[in-house]
Amino acid sequence: MSTGTTEREPLFSAKTKKLLLGPLNKDNPITVQVLGICSALAVTVKLEPAVVMSISVIVVTAMSNLLISLLRNTIPPRIRIIVQLVVIAALVILVDQVLKAFVYDVSKQLSVFVGLIITNCIIMGRLEAFAMANKPWPSFVDGIGNGLGYGIILIIVAFFRELLGSGTIWGFHVMPKAFYELGYVNNGLMILPPMALIVVGIIIWVQRSRNPELQEEK
Amino acid sequence: MYSNGYIFRYASIMVIVVAALLSAAAILLQPAQERNVKIEKIQDILRSAHIESTTANAEQLYDKHIVKEIVINAAGEELAIYTNGKFEKGDRRAFLIDLKAELKAKQQIAAGKTAQEPVFPLFVCEKDGELIYIIPMHGVGLWGPVWGNIALKSDMNTVEGVTFGHKGETPGLGAEISTEIFTSQFPAKTLFDANGNFASISVVKGGVGNSNIDPAHGVDAISGGTITSNGVSAMIKDCLENYVTYFKNQKAL
Repeated sequence: MSTGTTEREPLFSAKTKKLLLGPLNKDNPITVQVLGICSALAVTVKLEPAVVMSISVIVVTAMSNLLISLLRNTIPPRIRIIVQLVVIAALVILVDQVLKAFVYDVSKQLSVFVGLIITNCIIMGRLEAFAMANKPWPSFVDGIGNGLGYGIILIIVAFFRELLGSGTIWGFHVMPKAFYELGYVNNGLMILPPMALIVVGIIIWVQRSRNPELQEEK
Repeated sequence: MYSNGYIFRYASIMVIVVAALLSAAAILLQPAQERNVKIEKIQDILRSAHIESTTANAEQLYDKHIVKEIVINAAGEELAIYTNGKFEKGDRRAFLIDLKAELKAKQQIAAGKTAQEPVFPLFVCEKDGELIYIIPMHGVGLWGPVWGNIALKSDMNTVEGVTFGHKGETPGLGAEISTEIFTSQFPAKTLFDANGNFASISVVKGGVGNSNIDPAHGVDAISGGTITSNGVSAMIKDCLENYVTYFKNQKAL
């Protein structure tokens, strides 16, 4: 390959931008592909664990996409799932250890759900669908994009659950005292998992009514 | 195509590289993790005596308030006393005792097996000029271990405060033991009855008011969390009975 003839693609071409921003809306892993729902229900009672969980997932999707993409020409197809799992598991254990060392309180709240990132379908899905067939840089961007798409839903859900369920945002009281004096009470139902599902449902509803192309034909 | 040999080599190298990486990370991060666990333990101990602390000032507050760490045996003898950063007697720090192992040893001896003599930790805390005795506890809930600390006033009878923790009790049911709603029932309860006999504090299903247990020795259980509640009840009895002789000796002095 001669260097003069092929033009080098810029770091953020239209294509890579789409990889990064697509999952935030029309390719969202949670609301459109309906992947990774389980952890979205479990860690969204409060904003702080949701943000830490989102960052953890972004790190794992981006790094595993990058690593698998770098290795993609050496991985024997017959054991590729095993290789993918080993990479994901190693990254997740690293993230878990780092959380335990530096944000112990949050890691206790997240408990098993950090470990369960291993089974998050988004990650394995991106490895199989994207990283095995693309170059490292686009794969890395794709990983970040999908992690962000997952994270943004988590954060939206956690925002509403914490606000309505506990009257706080990031642990700080934001509901005015006057509301409580008028008889307002925190909605205990918001803290329970079913409300996460309903909030996700409302997000899907809003998203679909704004993007008619996402609606299935009858 | 890839040969079998290649696949085996690939898998082996991959596993070795990953294992080395993870071991290195575990070893490097271990000191920070152990420090977190230690600080959590300190905060729990202080919280049972109603001393609020943050991760930053926990160790400082511990040094200030916990004036003595005592190790005792079931016969009520003081085996070790650690105070002001040095040993006054013996060479074991109450803080470093693995309560789970000691309780297991006690069980084995009760079952007629041979085991090392169990020893129990006791923390003496000074707050506003009053001595508070803090006893760590360890037991079994529904899904896994439960633990806690109980703080007694200087009469070694009246409860000052408690904390409970758990590994994985059901959220909304058993997990409620670590909330204020449950723990706030304990202060002012007493361990010994009018005759000076050990009565423990029971967690009563259906409410203390509806049972024949003296309200001074019982608290209401959590609806839907019966097994966890029973576990807590058994834990309190199992752990506190080890100190009965010691307390009686101290009071007789």
